[in-house]
Amino acid sequence: MSLLLLIEQVLNGVQFGLMLFLMAAGLTLVFGVMGLINLAHGSLYMVGAFACAAVAAATGSFWLGLAAALGAAAAAGALVEVVVIRRLYNRDHLDQVLATFALILMFSEGTRWAFGSFPLYLDVPAVLAGSVTLPGGIVYPEFRLALIGVGLAVAAVLFWLIGRTRIGVRIRAGEADREMIAALGVDIGRLYTVVFALGAALAGLAGALVGTVQSVQVGMGEPVLILAFVVIVIGGIGSIRGALLGSLLVGLTDTLGRVLLPQAFALAMEASAANAVGSALASMSIYILMAAVLVWRPGGLFGAPA
Amino acid sequence: MTAAAVQAPARRWSREARVNTALSLGLLAVPLLAMAAGEPFWVTLATRAAILALAGVGLNLALGYGGLVSFGHAAFFGLGGYAAGVLASHGMSGRPIVTWPLEIGGTTQMLAIWPVAVAAAALGALVIGALSLRTTGVFFIMITLAFGQMAFYFMVSWPAYGGEDGLPTYVRSRFPGVNTMAPLQFFAIAYGWLMLALWLSWRIAGSRLGLALQAARQNRQRLAAVGIRPKSVLLGAFVLSGALTGLAGALYTDLNRFVSPAMLSWQTSGELLVLVILGGVGRLFGPVAGAMLFIALEHLLGGISDYWQFFLGAMLLMVVLFARGGIMGALAGRDG
Repeated sequence: MSLLLLIEQVLNGVQFGLMLFLMAAGLTLVFGVMGLINLAHGSLYMVGAFACAAVAAATGSFWLGLAAALGAAAAAGALVEVVVIRRLYNRDHLDQVLATFALILMFSEGTRWAFGSFPLYLDVPAVLAGSVTLPGGIVYPEFRLALIGVGLAVAAVLFWLIGRTRIGVRIRAGEADREMIAALGVDIGRLYTVVFALGAALAGLAGALVGTVQSVQVGMGEPVLILAFVVIVIGGIGSIRGALLGSLLVGLTDTLGRVLLPQAFALAMEASAANAVGSALASMSIYILMAAVLVWRPGGLFGAPA
Repeated sequence: MTAAAVQAPARRWSREARVNTALSLGLLAVPLLAMAAGEPFWVTLATRAAILALAGVGLNLALGYGGLVSFGHAAFFGLGGYAAGVLASHGMSGRPIVTWPLEIGGTTQMLAIWPVAVAAAALGALVIGALSLRTTGVFFIMITLAFGQMAFYFMVSWPAYGGEDGLPTYVRSRFPGVNTMAPLQFFAIAYGWLMLALWLSWRIAGSRLGLALQAARQNRQRLAAVGIRPKSVLLGAFVLSGALTGLAGALYTDLNRFVSPAMLSWQTSGELLVLVILGGVGRLFGPVAGAMLFIALEHLLGGISDYWQFFLGAMLLMVVLFARGGIMGALAGRDG
């Protein structure tokens, strides 16, 4: 395989990883601050994608769609937090899993009822529809390059938000000791809603962006949600840094595994068998990575020891 | 979570025993009445309920008694299912499964398929459990979910046994002296296994392992302090739990005469959790009550609306938020 193709696949892996980061960041924040495991995070991703597709189709503007995705996902997140999630903070994880599993069923069927079972497709905005030639002669779609840019920008803003602003101080204090910051006069209920809506908005953004590259359909959120779980397990729960590193690791392992493993096996066996073994192993590669990290560091790369 | 007390007070026990008997007879009555009324479809529904209940009894060992929230039990359900499907398809075609180092062929004899399915699921549970039990709490949930997905994607991308399309087996495997294609006779096999598994589960709950398991759920440090390693106890329960769920998977393949990656999907894991919780977690007959309700809801709500899962979700949410303890909690009292 040529070096150019390899570099292109690395870019694809980074792009996939950064989109995973948008999902994983929200999940890990919600878990770190509220101690809540939220399976419905994938549904918020789906809400963002559908809002973007619906608004873009109605207005003809991708950018309005993107704004709608952020707004709709944040609003859905805030609503769900106030109505349901709030009652779950003091429950055990089993109750949280079940209640948010119930939310997935309701979101999925509600969306199926509203939009039908057929996938919707989003057009890449005209400004970013072309390709660019990178140094070295790699031709790469502008939109995918933009996704990498957005992912990096969001990561930078999040690091700044958590590390350098007043709300970030409160979020970190909430992770450390929720009774104490409540006693210091911070409205903890509102803080939780804000954090949840922030995570939801990030999920919605990821949904709209990935939905543009792939397709928008019911059930699109759950595979990504489970990958985001793998990311958090690898990175360590509650750590934004871990989520970023874990996302990139998972994105690169998955993308490169799918390309390289069948070719590697082709060196040793005949083509169709190599393809079968290679693709089957590639689909398991990130889980093998996760198992390896667990054996080595059960708490994840940046987590406290479990 | 409802505390599962093994030595319940005699007064309550008798009430729970009455409910258990009613559930057993109720599940038995459905197919008999259905055959009398000439509605063989209801026999299939009852068989499905019995098999899902069997899988739930397996899950309940880990979840109810051990407090291990496994979101990956579909992997064991599917492992058992695929073991049965692969053996049966080779048994019918006569092609050997492996030819080297020794030739192993398939079989369509249930008595040979079951041990293989149970062993495959138990081995899977041993590996997944040993890795997952390195963690606790929410990590454990996520990791079992991820391993479940791993099994799912493996079967989707492994083309030898149908890949994404699944593997049809056309006819049910054989059992000596039984016509397995007759709905009522196949129901009898599933029901027999369910009763046996319930008895086994009851014996385990009262055994040394069962008591240590409940202690591990309540307080691992104390269990360690009395000289029992919590991890070994939990792993033992996880393997038993996976094995029972794998057996249910083998029966499920025979029921549908088809096995597909859908059996391994995360939704299956979720549904197994849901039916155990709806029934009453940590209660011996909880999975039976849950499976019967789940199948009834699927059939009744599914007949009213294509979007029946929306209502299932709403109901589940209400149960989790406001009515903890499930059906068994409502019928037989809390902590029975």
